[in-house]
Amino acid sequence: MLAQFGFGVLVLTFLLALYSAGAAITGYVRKSFRWVESARLAMQLTFPLTTLAAGTLVYLLATNHFELQYVWSVVSRDMPLYLKMTALWGGQAGSLLFWSWLMSAFASAVTLRKWDRDREFLPWVVIVISVTLAFFLAMNIFFLDENPFARLWQTMSGDVVLGVFQPAGTFALTPSDGQGLNPLLRHPGMIIHPPMLYLGFVAFVIPYAFAMAALITGRTDDRWIRITRRWTLVAWLFLSGGLVLGMRWAYDVLGWGGYWGWDPVEIAALLPWLFGTPFLHTVIIQEKRGMFKQLNMVLIIVTYVLVIFGTFLTRSGVLSSVHAFAQSAIGPMFFVFIGISLIASFGLLIHRWGDLRDETSLGKMSMLSREALFLLAALLFGGFFIVSFWGILYPIIYEILSGQKITFGPAFYRLPVAVILGGLMVLMGMAPLSSWTFGSLKTIGRAIWKPAIPSAIAAVTIFALGMKNWLALTGFTLVAFVIFVTLYEFWRAAWGRHKTQGENIFAAFWNLFRRNRRRYGGYIVHIAMVIMAVGIIGIEVFQTTTQKSLAVGESLEISGYSIRFDSLAQFPTTDGRWVTRAVMSVSRDGKTLGELYPRYDLYPDGQPMTIPAVRSTLADDLYVVLVNWEDISQSQAPFKVYHNPLLIWLWIGSYIFIGGILVTAWPEKDS
Amino acid sequence: MGSGRLKFIVGGIFILAAVVYLIFASMNENAEFFMTVDELQARSQEVVGRNLRISGAVVGSTIQYDPQTLALSFEIANVPGDNAEIEAQGGLAAVLHAAVVDPARTRITVVYYGARPDLLRDEAQAVVTGHLGEDGVFYADEILLKCPTKYEQAVPDQAEGN
Repeated sequence: MLAQFGFGVLVLTFLLALYSAGAAITGYVRKSFRWVESARLAMQLTFPLTTLAAGTLVYLLATNHFELQYVWSVVSRDMPLYLKMTALWGGQAGSLLFWSWLMSAFASAVTLRKWDRDREFLPWVVIVISVTLAFFLAMNIFFLDENPFARLWQTMSGDVVLGVFQPAGTFALTPSDGQGLNPLLRHPGMIIHPPMLYLGFVAFVIPYAFAMAALITGRTDDRWIRITRRWTLVAWLFLSGGLVLGMRWAYDVLGWGGYWGWDPVEIAALLPWLFGTPFLHTVIIQEKRGMFKQLNMVLIIVTYVLVIFGTFLTRSGVLSSVHAFAQSAIGPMFFVFIGISLIASFGLLIHRWGDLRDETSLGKMSMLSREALFLLAALLFGGFFIVSFWGILYPIIYEILSGQKITFGPAFYRLPVAVILGGLMVLMGMAPLSSWTFGSLKTIGRAIWKPAIPSAIAAVTIFALGMKNWLALTGFTLVAFVIFVTLYEFWRAAWGRHKTQGENIFAAFWNLFRRNRRRYGGYIVHIAMVIMAVGIIGIEVFQTTTQKSLAVGESLEISGYSIRFDSLAQFPTTDGRWVTRAVMSVSRDGKTLGELYPRYDLYPDGQPMTIPAVRSTLADDLYVVLVNWEDISQSQAPFKVYHNPLLIWLWIGSYIFIGGILVTAWPEKDS
Repeated sequence: MGSGRLKFIVGGIFILAAVVYLIFASMNENAEFFMTVDELQARSQEVVGRNLRISGAVVGSTIQYDPQTLALSFEIANVPGDNAEIEAQGGLAAVLHAAVVDPARTRITVVYYGARPDLLRDEAQAVVTGHLGEDGVFYADEILLKCPTKYEQAVPDQAEGN
């Protein structure tokens, strides 16, 4: 009953989204304010409706309605309530509904803004968002495999079939328990990671919708960028946060000692970020100089398409990957939708290409002007995209041409990505000190020598301390360079205020942030990025690993640490897990530093989960894995240990980074 | 204006060329051939020493593990590489089962040094990365395992309490 109600609400929402798009078109054609207003209200109403549908599914999940195929596949009786509820995005069908729910939330929020000054955008924004929403709802409605409200029915011959309504000649099938969520996903990081990523994905639809509205209406000034500036920042915050959380989850749970494996699905989530990030920068140039209008359109269109593509890759089973749940029939539909979006968007862009010409010719810029450096950064991100995309695309092309399947491991990405990230760090250091239009070696040199001196001192010091790896040395020097440049920028601006306005130097700092949040918040994000780079260089260049089977009392040595196997205990938990837990003591130079408890959990259904124990310090991580096999005993156990220097800076950087974005995106009083 | 833009075009092309060069420089070394056991047998001569990724069904009775030296060896039996073919033969679980019980299937011995993975068991799907030795044994650097029986089942097998 309830499932059919939920399905009914979904269908209603779908029809409403279609109506909203249709009414917006009618309103535009008839120049009728009332039709457009009706479209706006219809789009607003999608949010309460999807909330009802998603709420119904959450209720069904929480109350063990195993007669629903989706509930049966992601929930089991032994799961705690919060996991049952978050199983909303634990599988394919629910994830799509969840996507639609977030999309309609943002759609409703957009309808609530003040539209007085940009009425002409409204119908087109409504159309773009409603069509996107309708597409995702259609996946849930028209594909039984993707329908979270589909019930299980059994035919007389014993086959199990799916259907929202009872097919003739079948009877209801109610399994007594469900399969439950994959244990790997029963982790706080995994509960927040998908919603964060999805929020980032979905929020990018809004700037795209406004970009399309600008193209269609011909209002190709920077109005659409100013309206969506904060949306873009929010999208970027969630997307970046989602990526970092995914890394954290991989590190804490998967037990392979790393944070990023260049899995195709990881790349799929990264791709929109590689276009969204330069977009965030080049829109500044459009606002300030009236340049890069065409580039900005290209960037936001591709970001949108990559958002859909990312959802498609993670959900279609096109690529074999640890993330893919199963094969599915919706792949071709996504492909068609992406194709139509690309053709329509680029068709419009070409139509308006002439209107989007730079107000000042790029040719008048010097190669070291700020405009040129921003363009260069966009190019490097483009290069990053090519490398990542090639890693997905080339294997597909190669297989079509030769019939031979190939894959790329992480090693393929290492060199190109290291070079590109190095280049981006150089730009992060140079661009803040460059001048508009006429920048030259001389003007940059005049600004840069001060921060360059401490950077050089830092480099020499690191070298003298024994750092002989040139790759890491270059990386650390660039990190120091970016930090010193940024601090110098803070100092220079604050000192200027102090001098000219007589402000106390601390007040001057405070006012800097208040007056120009975007710029100085952005600088904080730069610092955060290079601090994250410290962690990445640490683990990528200096990770060491060893493995050994230890008897109680025996130790293994890694990078100066001694790790002793003290004891092992096995016990059941209240939720039915069977836990095997080792006690290890860590020491260095004879001094005991503490204990570690690597664990191995066996779930009631036989799914094992290895949970590493990590000792994090500012200098390094010790990452100890108790590796399971059936003949484990109280006196002997195998361990794998990773030594990950500096990794903690990856997480520290990510906290600073969130702070920086909040500074940037915090609402300002309209002046 | 022409010459002004030209420097950007040249600069852009230069960067693109550098990216393409970097891709090709690391592509040749790092591409792994993804093969079935049958394909590996058929082309064993030409792929010795190359980076390979082989997928097959773990034959449980052949698993040998020495916890002292962490030496692990097992055989994998050929399963089709194509997803459509797997579906046509009744799904991954059925295909893996058929591969293991059929003594006529091509098999290859995999040797790995390291802790025994959690999911290594009879009729698991193994994807092993490494290279083929001159001796016809596959030396794996990495083992990925999937137990399909649970998570890829779309509907329950049988009715319970209508």
